[in-house]
Amino acid sequence: MTLLAVEAISKSFGGVAAARDVSFTVAAGEMVAIIGPNGAGKSTTFNMVGGQLRPDRGRVLLAGTDITGLAPRRIWRLGVGRTFQIAQTFVSMSVAENVQMALISHAGETLSFGRAARLRYRPEADALLAQVGLDAYSERPVTALAYGDVKRLELAIALASEPKLLLMDEPTAGMAPKERADLMTLTTALARARRLGVLFTEHDMDTVFGHADRILVLVRGEIIATGKGEEIRANPRVREVYLGDAGNLAALRAARQRAAAIATSPARAAP
Amino acid sequence: MDLSFIVVQFLTGLASASSLFIIASGLTLVFGVTRIVNFAHGSFYMIGAYLAVTILPRLYETSNTFAMFLAGLVLVAVLVGLAGVLLEVVLLRRIYRAPELFQLLATFGVVLMVEDLTLQVWGPTEILGPRAPGMTGAAASVEILGRRFPAYELFLIAAGPVVAGLLWLAMHRTRFGVLVRAATQDREMVAALGVNQSLLFTGTLFLGAGLAGLGGALQSPRIAANLGMDLSILTEAFVVTVIGGMGSVPGAFVAALLIGQLQAFGILVFPKVTLVLTFLLMALVLVVKPWGLFGRPEAQGGRVTTPEGFLHIGPLGPVGRGLVAAAGLGLVVLPLVGDAYLIQVGIEVLAYSIAAFALAFLIANGGIVSFGHAAYFGLGAYAAALSVKSLGLAMEPALLAAPLVAGAGAALFGLFIVRLSGIYLAMLTLAFAQITYAVAFQWVEVTGGDNGIVGVWPSRWAASRTVYYYLVLALASLCIAGLWHTIHAPFGYTLRAARDSIVRADAIGIDVPRQRWLAFTLAGSLAGLAGGLFAFSKGSIDPSMMSIATSVDFLVMVLMGGIQQLAGAPVGALAFHKLKDTLMPMTEHWRLLLGLAIVAIVLVFPKGIVGTIVDLAARRRARVTSASAAGADRRPA
Repeated sequence: MTLLAVEAISKSFGGVAAARDVSFTVAAGEMVAIIGPNGAGKSTTFNMVGGQLRPDRGRVLLAGTDITGLAPRRIWRLGVGRTFQIAQTFVSMSVAENVQMALISHAGETLSFGRAARLRYRPEADALLAQVGLDAYSERPVTALAYGDVKRLELAIALASEPKLLLMDEPTAGMAPKERADLMTLTTALARARRLGVLFTEHDMDTVFGHADRILVLVRGEIIATGKGEEIRANPRVREVYLGDAGNLAALRAARQRAAAIATSPARAAP
Repeated sequence: MDLSFIVVQFLTGLASASSLFIIASGLTLVFGVTRIVNFAHGSFYMIGAYLAVTILPRLYETSNTFAMFLAGLVLVAVLVGLAGVLLEVVLLRRIYRAPELFQLLATFGVVLMVEDLTLQVWGPTEILGPRAPGMTGAAASVEILGRRFPAYELFLIAAGPVVAGLLWLAMHRTRFGVLVRAATQDREMVAALGVNQSLLFTGTLFLGAGLAGLGGALQSPRIAANLGMDLSILTEAFVVTVIGGMGSVPGAFVAALLIGQLQAFGILVFPKVTLVLTFLLMALVLVVKPWGLFGRPEAQGGRVTTPEGFLHIGPLGPVGRGLVAAAGLGLVVLPLVGDAYLIQVGIEVLAYSIAAFALAFLIANGGIVSFGHAAYFGLGAYAAALSVKSLGLAMEPALLAAPLVAGAGAALFGLFIVRLSGIYLAMLTLAFAQITYAVAFQWVEVTGGDNGIVGVWPSRWAASRTVYYYLVLALASLCIAGLWHTIHAPFGYTLRAARDSIVRADAIGIDVPRQRWLAFTLAGSLAGLAGGLFAFSKGSIDPSMMSIATSVDFLVMVLMGGIQQLAGAPVGALAFHKLKDTLMPMTEHWRLLLGLAIVAIVLVFPKGIVGTIVDLAARRRARVTSASAAGADRRPA
């Protein structure tokens, strides 16, 4: 089932086209990666889906509903959770309160003057934190978390609204390799278990080829290739403009690891 | 209205635009490089005017020529520029990394100090400078389409473009200018390139202050140097820079032209509300272009900074509960043990506490740095006073009208204000407060103008000071407890969430503008109630209740108590009142001391009274714990 359909969206900034007729789809339960060099328009595309930017042209459909140009908070209401390239959290609140805030908003209680916010939805917040492995840190201030843990917290916040689609802009930037693998394995498991569509951008090729079901290659605002890992790796144009030899090696390595993982745990293989 | 009249009016507009541009260009340059909105810019203008009226006559004694006049202008500009260097080296360079609120307040502290010192040096009377040589007698005016027009105004019209041209050359043809423009666009990049930052910043202050001084000197032959000219020019210069886009010199030029003409022709249509027109234009521009005509959004740089305000809030501990109970008990028994004076102090401090707490709710909890809180305090006071004096109502409905009218005002202004953030928001709140002040000051038939309204007394049952005290205590407790609870409730949390990260708040479905608008309205109406209570305690009100100085008083209360502490605002209100009450009768230099106190808070005492106590207690606790831990370690050995 097509969850997200992006139809020929374009955006330019002062004459520079950051995205040109970008079209793609994401199905429920599918992991889709957008890759491309810096300045290729990845974040621009992301922000047009998330509502932070309004496309100049084109449409964005979520489960058949036109969400083009809606405010981020409305898009969130329709079931899109997101994490940011530079992690965005409420730095004056505890880890649990960050998630509680999202739960409060999801329950439509932002205008409540009643019971204190920290007393609301605590068990639910703890359950979400347990999912991302942060339950031991729930009372800590966000500022005391390591950066990798902040990224995980963002994931818990994004999950609080039971989204259908998850947008993750460079979810593993600034993380150690082990943390990266853990976070993406967790995300993949969530996507499969909840039939969650996941759209993510990433610079780390191990992460991309290891976890994406489909890969879109964006160069200078245009999609130059779409396909499964092997297809992208084999695509000469992609090699030429983006992957290069080092990237190709990483892609190969990731594909092997993935094959090994599939061989040992067949349950997780079917998307 | 014939053609010649329109032409003359147009030329008058050009002359004032020219003067405005010279002053505003300095303000906008300094902001562009240092990112500080320098309130003391108005002081530089004033110093320039006073120096001109002192220096120019001496120069004319040696040679009474127009060349000497020009030489005098340059001399004054250089002297004031050096004062700018002094300000940069002594104060500004210590606060570049401080939160905006602290920067604004520190430079306002300088305004107060300079006002006091100017009074000492030049005295309270206005001083008009001599006419420029060569523009006296028959040559003082020229004929334009059959009408006499002052020759000096023509000189002013030329001065603006000349300065603009010189500035353009300086900005595009010198290394310093290139660096100034680069820093205005991306300060961090310039720093990363290894440019000598301190020299650049000091140089910018020299140039900026020099332009203000030049502006003051240029006015000396037409406007008498006086002690109020610093703040009056400042609001106009703010409007020009905000409309033009902060940091943009061409923007300041265009905006000055707009404002100059608006004033020249606006005065014909609405003679009394030119100031209101000016601010309305600013509000309109900010709605259409939130960063001004030529401005650009502040580059965020992607850094996550700790916001200035309430941090980790939770339920009160046993010590906190004990202190609140003790304070409550003390307030209840105060009339039984205190004299009439103490009761009056209690009433005023309690009324201030409501307003200060409402301001802390906006700033410390919501990150909405309002520089015009006094507007709503004053609106409440006027609503209460007019209900009694003009409508003949009793105290009870008047005290209801106070928060309603102030809340309505805040709701109206809030529509514009909540769309902005940071320095633009602060400037717009200031502008709206100035509009309110101007209306109270100029609408004499209703508001009594400068004299205000007298004879505002409570109903008979509350006529006794003790009863009125208890009324104020009850209302203050209710308001503060209510706001305290609101800060902990989901509504208050959404405001803090938006302050911490507006992007994240938006991405989890929080309607940030709506929440902020409601908060602004709520804080405004509570400030209004405080104003109403204050009016009935004093028996009279006047426009000074709405002045910038009163807005700054509220900000100082919040900072003095401690901006990170919920209990800060009431404690700050008490401390501020006490300080003012003690110092004012003792010395003439109240403003100098208040200015110094503000700078001291910003530089050495940024956590305020409650914050410092909390820190000391935490440090003590840490010492005790580590000592006992060390003891525990030793015992088994």
